[in-house]
This record gives sequence, C-alpha cells and structure tokens, in this order.
Amino acid sequence: MEATATQLAEIVRPFKGQVGATIPVLQAIQTTLGYLPPESFDVIEQETGIPASKAYGVATFYAQFRTEPVGKNLIKVCDGTACHVKGSETIVTAVRDHLGLEGEADTTGDMVFTLEEVACLGCCSLAPVLMIGDVTYGNLNVEKTREILDEYRRKEA
Amino acid sequence: MAEKTILIGYASCGIAAGAKDVREMLEAKVAEADCGAVVKQTGCLGICFDEPIVEIHDDTGRWVYRKVNERKAERIFNEHVVDGKPIEGFLFQELSEHSSREPKYHMFKQQERIALRNSGVIDPENIDDYLAREGYDALKKALTEMTPDDVLQEVSDSGLRGRGGGGFPAGFKWSLCKKFESDQKYLICNADEGDPGAFMDRNLLEGDPHAVLEGMALAAYVIGASFGYVYARAEYPLAIHRLNIAIDQAREKGILGRNIFGSDFSFDIKVKEGAGAFVCGEETALIASIEGERGMPRIRPPFPAESGLWGKPTNNNNVETYANVPWIIRNGAAAYKAYGTEKSSGTKVFSLAGKIERGGLVEVPMGMPLREVIFDVGGGIERKQQFKAVQLGGPSGGCVPAELLDTPVDYDSIVATGAIMGSGGMVVMDQNTCMVEVARYFLSFTQKESCGKCTFCRIGTLRMLEVLERITQGQGKESDIEELESLADQIKGASLCGLGQTAPNPVLTTLKYFRHEYEAHIRNKACPAGQCKELITFHITADDCTGCTACAKACPTDCITGSKGNPHDIVLEDCIKCGSCREVCPTGAVYTR
Repeated sequence: MEATATQLAEIVRPFKGQVGATIPVLQAIQTTLGYLPPESFDVIEQETGIPASKAYGVATFYAQFRTEPVGKNLIKVCDGTACHVKGSETIVTAVRDHLGLEGEADTTGDMVFTLEEVACLGCCSLAPVLMIGDVTYGNLNVEKTREILDEYRRKEA
Repeated sequence: MAEKTILIGYASCGIAAGAKDVREMLEAKVAEADCGAVVKQTGCLGICFDEPIVEIHDDTGRWVYRKVNERKAERIFNEHVVDGKPIEGFLFQELSEHSSREPKYHMFKQQERIALRNSGVIDPENIDDYLAREGYDALKKALTEMTPDDVLQEVSDSGLRGRGGGGFPAGFKWSLCKKFESDQKYLICNADEGDPGAFMDRNLLEGDPHAVLEGMALAAYVIGASFGYVYARAEYPLAIHRLNIAIDQAREKGILGRNIFGSDFSFDIKVKEGAGAFVCGEETALIASIEGERGMPRIRPPFPAESGLWGKPTNNNNVETYANVPWIIRNGAAAYKAYGTEKSSGTKVFSLAGKIERGGLVEVPMGMPLREVIFDVGGGIERKQQFKAVQLGGPSGGCVPAELLDTPVDYDSIVATGAIMGSGGMVVMDQNTCMVEVARYFLSFTQKESCGKCTFCRIGTLRMLEVLERITQGQGKESDIEELESLADQIKGASLCGLGQTAPNPVLTTLKYFRHEYEAHIRNKACPAGQCKELITFHITADDCTGCTACAKACPTDCITGSKGNPHDIVLEDCIKCGSCREVCPTGAVYTR
C-alpha cells in the first residue's frame, strides 16, 4: 500500500499547477499501472489540489478509465457498427469460451488476459476486429480468433 | 542502377492487415542487397480491402501491389525490384500505370481527392514530403499576401460546410468568432471520431496530419487565435503519434510558433487526448473535457464563438473541414465550388464498411447518388448478397433503404430521408441484417453514452432500449411501436444537445422504412432476417451440405456434428445461434427457421 502511494505521488506530482490536468493525470496513472487504484484519488488531491471527488467523477465518466486491475494482455473486441453487423458478438463469445471467462468475469484467473468490448477501433473495413495491446487483428472469424489467443498463451508459457 | 522507391501503406488498417511483417522483411532485403532501392512509408490509399499495399516507383513508373504478404513481398523484391520485371498477377491494375491488363474494376475513376490528396502518397512523418506537394503554400500565401478578411471571404465563398456532421457553413462560423474582441482566442480541432463505423478522421490524421495543421493555422489567422488544440481519441494512438511528430517538425521549420513566415501572426498547437465519451462530439462537452471536467454539454448561448474554452472566444471544426481549407486557399473558392451541388459544395470523404465488397475510404463530389458510391465505387454487396439498407450518420443517423438509393449525397437530400450526412460513415447491410436489431444496437450505444444531464435522454433512451430488447426477444406488444414513437418524440424535443435530439433517429428511420420487420417480430414472433436469437433456430440442409467441415471449424461451441464428406448437423441444445456456420458455408446449406 505504502509503495503504491509513493509511486502514485511520483506519477502525479509533475501535473501540479497545470490547468485542465484532471484527465491527463488519470491517463498517466493508468498508462503506468494499467488501472486506477483506489488510493489514486486521495493522492491526486494531496499532490495537485484537484479534489478527490472531482477526479473520481471524471474517472467514472469516461470509458477509458478502469478502477479494477487488468490482465497482462488487454483484449479490446470492437463492437462498432461495421463489426457488429459482421458478427462481433461471435468473436466475443469465442474469446470468452476460449479463455474460460464465465459469468460477469472479464479477467482470467491467472491475470494474463482481460476482455473489453469497445465502441470502435476505426478499422471498419477489416471488420470484425480486435486489438491486443497495440496490435490490431482484422478480418476475424472464430478460428482465427482462437489461433491468435493460442499464440499469446504460448508466449506466456 | 536507377533509384527505386518501395512505398508501404502504413496506416492502422494496413498494419492490422499485416503491413508490419511485410515492411520489416522488405527493409531487411533492401539492407542486404545493393539494389539502389529505398523503403518508405505512407498513409492509406483507401483501398483497405486490398491491404497491405506495396508500391514500387521506378523509371518505368508507378506499380501498385495489392494484398501483399511476406511471400508475395519476397517475389516482388526479387523479380520487380532486382530484376525489373513487374508481376502482373499481383497488381492493383487501376493505379499501375503500365499494367498490360485491364483493371477488373475502377475505384478511383469517380473519386475527386481534395482532403485525401496526400493520403497514401506522402510519408506523413516527413514534413519535406508535405512541403514538396504545395504544403504550407496556402498559409504562406495567406500570411504574406492576404488579410484575415480575404481568407475568410475565400472560405465563405467556397461554400465549405462543417464535415463533422452538422453541415454548418465554416466561413460563417469563423466570422462569428472573429467579431468578438478578446485578449486570447482558441481554436479546436475535433478529432474525437466517436461514430462507431466511421474512420475518416483517423485516416486523414494518419495519412496527412500537416494538412489539418495548416487548415487550423489558416482558421486561427482569420479569427485571431494564438493557440489551438487537437482533441483526439485515445483509441487512435498512431494518429496521435503522427500529429505530435508533425507539430514538432512544423515548429522546427518555424511554421508553428512565433511570427510565422516573418509575419505578426503567432500560433501553436497541442494534442489533447480524449478519454472516450461519444457526447464529446458536442462542442460544449468537448470544451468541458479539455478543461478537465466531465464532458457534459451546457446550454447555448453563449456560443463558444463568444465564450468557449476557459471563457474565451473559441472556434471548433472537424478534422476534414480543416483539411479542405489549404486546398481552397491555394486553388480559390470557385475551383472548390466546381465540385458538388449548389448547397453542398466540394467533396466528401466516406468510409465504406459493413457488408460491402470493397470496404475502404473514398472521396467523391457531393451530389453523387448513394447507388454510385456503394455499387460503382464500393463494388456493391459482398458475396453477391442483396442490398437492404445503408446506415448513414451513426447513432445520430438512420438507415436508408434500397428504394432511396438514388438519393444524392448532399446535406439536405440525406436529411430528407430521415438520416443525416453525419461525419461520413456508411455501413452497408444485406438481407441477413435485422433492422430491429440494428435499432436496438444504436439505442444501446446512445443509452450508454448519454451523459445523464437531461432526463428525457437519460431515462427515455433506456425506456426505448427496453422496448426494443423486448421486441427482439419475441416479447413485443402491439402497443410497442406507438410507445417507441411517443418516446422518440419526447426525447428529441426535450434534450439539450445533439446526442439526445438525434438518438431516436435509428429507430424512427427503421420504423419508417422497415415497419413490417417490427410487425413480424411483434405479431408473428419471427425475425425475417434470421438474426434475433430468441426467434430462430439454425439448421443444415443435408442435400446441399458437402461435408466440407467449414461450419464445424467455425462453431465457437463445437455443436456441429459430421465429418469430412459426410453431411453436418447442428445439435440445437448446444447452439448459441451465433450464425458463424451460415457465414462460412460455401454452399448456402445453413438456414434459419
């Protein structure tokens, strides 16, 4: 806990005194830690003077921010209009099945994968599309999706 | 040996299709062989369906290769780059100047590329490439030969209207901001492309970021702004990366910063990453977001032209609007007006996606009938299926049916159909797309994205979504259509911003043109398109099935029996009705009932 607070303070400190810094400061934390730990908001208040309530309000307003830890590989399955009409639902099902995600869970027990459905990745002519980390995969079908996941699994092993 | 350039399409779509491996391979080949060739990157030509694209430019001209993988790239390198023998079979004929074969189709003949003129041509990370194609000539001309009023006049005369969707005349908008006196004014470029199913702005920023910066500088000169923000989606990391490179390079050359081209005009730009909120397409919400607040719209007036970012006069336009401006200043308003219709001048970029044969990014003169855009430029419906509707304008727009395919694409004609021009997303749907499900999809989107400020938008969209979910699950009631129409009317009338005012459009247009589908769901508990899971079961016709195993491989739950050569069958208890089997069946043996 103490270590996290120190680390958070180091991330947050450079934003002190900047106008309009709420979103950039949250983005900086998430870039480093993968999510916004609960202590983030108090640290933001202490270091920058932005009220914790305001930072939390902003964090929960925007789709980008998450308050739960993420797996090592963040899988963003696109559900934009083009992907939707070309079967993104099937891709989501395939990912869930293949990773063994049950019920509401979106992160695997070993913290290797987190699944997220996103509005649009802007690669509509290659629909359906998913993104793992910074890499985008297009023209997906169930088989291809499974192969991609297997490849990541092999890398982890 | 003559200088040869190997040009690789390296935008997000190309990279997703495999351009990275091809590039690394070609770079390694060039490094080890002394062949007088250089490898360069460029943005996207718009022929996304044929990515990755590799072009060879040598003393014989331009050769464009399509769907290049590592194996093809190796042959192209050995046979064309080293031995000088182009490989006809791999070419995209239409753009290959000396191909001996006739193009199988034309995708560029009907296009006029103004905003996209450099996309897929120059290296977007090299300002010299942009400068070599008249880049920043317009800004130089404006700052050395024209007054702000002259520039404003030219833009007003061109008839350029806002390309983000609203279609508000750009010149008029600038004139409003110009007239307010202030010690500080701001300029914003809205690059928060939130419409799902649209990617014009991503492509422009990845392919030609300097054109957007130049357009912004010209607008800033007119209104008297000294600082600008590009508000870009965080989901577009490559676009942001290239914008930042472009800004740095422009600063180094003195094109951004103090006393640009020796004039009194100073202007600088910063990229602000959005954090994912569709409502930030609304300018007052976008401004709140830049200020670090929750992106919630506020009542206008005062309009941002008078009191915008940090209370200062602010002008906001979309990426594509700015990208058109340098061309207009270089070539004049009359040249721009020569394209398009009287009330919608110039060209418009559209992203073609969905069930279309040649998905990609195209730029056509305004006024071209939808039919030509979809069938002639885009090649019609994929897998020779039947056209059912085209969705225009995303969650604020609507579905235009086959009988209106002759509608010209201009702001006013599209609005007359009940859809809107929007930012340029065209998602094509075939007979297997259920229009009630499409309406449900959009409502679930707007419901999630509603900022919650206005009750009618916050709760009304949820009520509409509940009705639509009920209908698609076979529990629709006779009174549901009337309830949808009543809710739609109230939400449109009682919402503060564009999100709420237009959220019902996807429902209203599908009710208008595809009412029979709603009725079939409600009265017969049937989904005519065979998509709504609760209303259908999947089956395989044994007579048509060749036992190719494609469906069994595609099935995510492994519920298809049968082996190679023997007819398949679906175990209904395990079937999740995803339709993967129908998508892949080569003989059309999979059906729903």
